[in-house]
Amino acid sequence: MHLAYPAVLSALLFCTGLYGVLARRNAILVLMSVELMLNAVNLNLVAFDVWLSRTAEETLHSGQALTLFTIAIAAAEIGIGLAIVLAVHRNRGTADIDKLRDTAEGHESRPVDGLDSGTSTAEPTGRTEKAEATA
Amino acid sequence: MTLAQAPHGFLSPTGVEIAFLLVGLVTFGAALVTVTTRQLVHAALWLVVTLGGLAVEYLLLTAEFIAWVQVLIYVGSVVVLLLFGLMLTRAPIGRSPDADSGNRWAALTVAVAAAAALVWVVVDAFRTTWIDLDGPAAGSTKVTGASLFQNWVLPFEALSVLLLAALVGAIVLSRKAKAETSSPPVNSQATTESSPSVPDARKIPAEQEGAR
Repeated sequence: MHLAYPAVLSALLFCTGLYGVLARRNAILVLMSVELMLNAVNLNLVAFDVWLSRTAEETLHSGQALTLFTIAIAAAEIGIGLAIVLAVHRNRGTADIDKLRDTAEGHESRPVDGLDSGTSTAEPTGRTEKAEATA
Repeated sequence: MTLAQAPHGFLSPTGVEIAFLLVGLVTFGAALVTVTTRQLVHAALWLVVTLGGLAVEYLLLTAEFIAWVQVLIYVGSVVVLLLFGLMLTRAPIGRSPDADSGNRWAALTVAVAAAAALVWVVVDAFRTTWIDLDGPAAGSTKVTGASLFQNWVLPFEALSVLLLAALVGAIVLSRKAKAETSSPPVNSQATTESSPSVPDARKIPAEQEGAR
């Protein structure tokens, strides 16, 4: 098999995930796009490992081992990421990453306040934290 | 390290290459739908198609153990976890018009530029490189297990520690948020008593579990 097939597919999948990370607004959709990028890297690792296991005399099968490690780390990442997203959703009432700009510099609180008064589900803890952040 | 000595050709693709190309088209199309659809649950379901297609690609590359691990972990657990997250954050069923943010066109520009650059470089670099898929499988369970437990034992064990840390971290994250928020529906009857509010809040889901 030509090595360009898996390499090109991997590059295209990576860029699809890149677009998703940059363009999506829901935090869980961003996590899905991160999974796409990790899978593109996995495909590259497997393809180059299969190629090297034929050409080199003796290999450590490092590509497949690293793929397994990447899969395990991705599982851990998705667990932690979802826990963070759920905690943010419980505190703020939203999983929209465009509205979570408390630590953003440069944007003084005009758009934040407009969004915050628009969302009726913002809880008092979030509001006090936001007051502390803007004070 | 090129293997261009064999009678390979661009214009005579083998059966494996044709299968890889077709499955790759399906995978890439599903990935595109995943990042562009406006229905959040559909995005998770198209992600299943993408990950399953990648498992088929691993099988075509004779890495069967990776393929089954991909099916087990990604399709089996990660997508289910993502669906749970979508449901728990009250994702709207149906179209949500604000799924994409305002910088969509900048993101599209960056992604297309990166894709063009990467594809050009990769095709130019590996134009005369071929994978030899004949012979014994390069990624059978025996080969993968032998290399994993002979050469990669220490990272493997460290990875188990990492998974344990992630498990504990996820539990701590979700429990701490539950104790802090003191949202009205959970702790409304626990406001009369001062100190044992946390065990009481812990008891209520257990009772609900028992009632089910």
